[in-house]
Amino acid sequence: MGRTDIGPPDYRNFMPPVIQKNYGQWLYHEILKPGVLMHVAENGDKLYTVRVGSARLLCTDFIRELCDVAEKYCGGYLRFTSRSNIEFLVSDESKVGPLQQECVARKWPIGGTGRGITAIVHTQGWVHCHTPATDGSGPVKAVMDALFDHFGAMKLPAHLRISLACCLNMCGAVHCSDIAILGIHRLPPKVDNARVPKICEIPNTVAACPTGAIRGNLKDKTVEVNEERCMYCGNCYTICPAMPIADAEGDGISIWVGGKVSNARTAPMFSKLAIPYLPNNPPRWPETVAAVKKIVDVYAANAKQYERMGEWIQRIGWERFFSLTGIPFTDQHIDDFTMAQASMRATPQFKYS
Amino acid sequence: MAQSETPKLDELEKGPWPSFVTQMKRAAAKNPAAKDLLRQVEKSYNDKVGHWKHGGIVGVTGYGGGVIGRYSDSPEQFPSVREFHTIRVNHPSGWYYKTDALRKLCDVWDKHGSGLTNMHGSTGDIILLGAPTKEIQPCFDDLSAIGFDLGGSGACLRTPSCCLGKSRCEYSCIDSMDLCNDITHTYQDEIHRPMWPYKFKIKISGCANDCVASIARADLSIIGTWRDQIQVNPAKVREAAAGGLDIQAAVCDLCPTKCMSWDEKTRTLTIGDKECNRCMHCINLMPKALRPGKERGATLLIGGKAPIVKGAILCWVIVPFMKMEAPYPELKDLLKKIWEWWDENAKSRERIGELILRVGMRKFLKDLGLPPAPQMVKEPRSNPYYFWSAEEIEAIRAQKHS
Repeated sequence: MGRTDIGPPDYRNFMPPVIQKNYGQWLYHEILKPGVLMHVAENGDKLYTVRVGSARLLCTDFIRELCDVAEKYCGGYLRFTSRSNIEFLVSDESKVGPLQQECVARKWPIGGTGRGITAIVHTQGWVHCHTPATDGSGPVKAVMDALFDHFGAMKLPAHLRISLACCLNMCGAVHCSDIAILGIHRLPPKVDNARVPKICEIPNTVAACPTGAIRGNLKDKTVEVNEERCMYCGNCYTICPAMPIADAEGDGISIWVGGKVSNARTAPMFSKLAIPYLPNNPPRWPETVAAVKKIVDVYAANAKQYERMGEWIQRIGWERFFSLTGIPFTDQHIDDFTMAQASMRATPQFKYS
Repeated sequence: MAQSETPKLDELEKGPWPSFVTQMKRAAAKNPAAKDLLRQVEKSYNDKVGHWKHGGIVGVTGYGGGVIGRYSDSPEQFPSVREFHTIRVNHPSGWYYKTDALRKLCDVWDKHGSGLTNMHGSTGDIILLGAPTKEIQPCFDDLSAIGFDLGGSGACLRTPSCCLGKSRCEYSCIDSMDLCNDITHTYQDEIHRPMWPYKFKIKISGCANDCVASIARADLSIIGTWRDQIQVNPAKVREAAAGGLDIQAAVCDLCPTKCMSWDEKTRTLTIGDKECNRCMHCINLMPKALRPGKERGATLLIGGKAPIVKGAILCWVIVPFMKMEAPYPELKDLLKKIWEWWDENAKSRERIGELILRVGMRKFLKDLGLPPAPQMVKEPRSNPYYFWSAEEIEAIRAQKHS
């Protein structure tokens, strides 16, 4: 039997010699071109990083290909980034050019650095999740195909982070992205009164609902949903598999904008609702792709340099965001949950459009 | 030529961005589970719903987590994904790999599972996507033999993660990688054996750029910072200006506290460090000229999470500055107190952030012995509904009677 509690392998054994030698002694870095970083140590040693865009879902044979390339140019060292890109780490300057050529020949896109768009963080979706309202990898592929030029260029006013979550559980930082693509349900769950008594824990199911829309029916050992209070978050289904909520016509995608995680200039911000619903339209989700592209284009054309999406909107006002993008503003955009008052505009400071 | 079984997914092999469908097809060519996955996902693309059931309890001997059970809801159509569980493998700090270790990992996975992975999952683990129940223990045994262990799942400490910190980044104020590795090894029991009200996530960033989105996602966020002066290299400042950077407009005017001034004549940048919020903007724009201060440590923030149940929360400050030097005794002391208090007070599935908002910071600070500090709040309360303690009320009443 395998030994337990050994923990992860020691990262120190996995860092290339130039990093081992200069750990904690880095002086500065430059972005030489999109996707190529150069870090210089205090003693003058140089580390080149070639960042390659990638899907998050990888087969073992592809990982072996990455290993082939890392062995050829990097002494067998590579890493992955927090957004599932791949980084090849090179200390021999003469290998940087040929490594890039190798990546180009294999159609591995080089980029994802600086003030542009990098890989989209996303969740499992239909590939593995039991609570998805949309797919993960599919919309990501479709959106990245449409925004591909931004991956290999650094032409935006500031970093633009796009993330996708296949449902409100948001298994990633979708709630703080410049553009967030969020799967949603639009219909209440369907309670299976024959199955609930067999497999569901009723108090936990009642407690799972953020709006108190679920009531226990102790007589029949089932639950009842007050459909008017239900906002289709699906948490009850997570707790009680006998009340499924996924629906092909009801489910779809919402778009959120203006979040950020970094603390540079302004504090972290939540993403705010831009588009309440777009249909699931596999395989390419054209409505979602068009909406995201439009928002990127409007931001690129209007924001000042160094302004993140959220900072730009803060400056121009949300009314101006909606008029520039042409996105309709509806009653759904106005908060009615617990912190609603904090989002209201308590001043007549606004623009007329 | 045989017609494709997956015409919708085939469409996603076109286009310049690397295709996950190509990855699935490569695995499917030699693995029946990967093939059935492909066919089931195509069915989802037609039906516009997922086809996975809630997972049951699946695991390895000695652990209460690390494996996510998953079953197809259409096993008669897709028999090879009848059982398609996920194994979370704890990644090395900073996601650095040597190819021989990666190759061994691939060999183990091909032997036991679908051959499909996520590099990596959102929390940071390596995801081995899809193995039947009978392969879970043997897979774990083989992983252990090559030096890998499982990550966390369920109501436990989830796998900690960190930015690459001092391994490559000149901004990093703490050794995020060592800290992450240290707490991961220290808290193996808490990771592998769920015993808490719900999950707890720790994420570590070396500076306020927060490249692992710690403040947005972690229950306990550790952000590297300094408390003395930004280090300025005047020659490199002049070089940056000569190179075309408009220091007044791009740096000084965008400083959130307006603590910087640029003298165009003498080409001197002055930073009023006492007014500086250490936001990283100026350093980001002039990495050759500016560096974080020398007196380094971390700010600790608590409570971050995604929407379910009570709403999304961004972490808030609980310790403005703590030194972060191995073996991190102060941090571990605080973690122990936080976990005990949370375990003692929380409802089932209540995250630490939700608990504190429910019972109040007053109780949290008092029970943990943490001093209140203005750095914890954006602003003090604006409602007049504040409490006096039972002792204080007793003292007031005693005053009345004397």
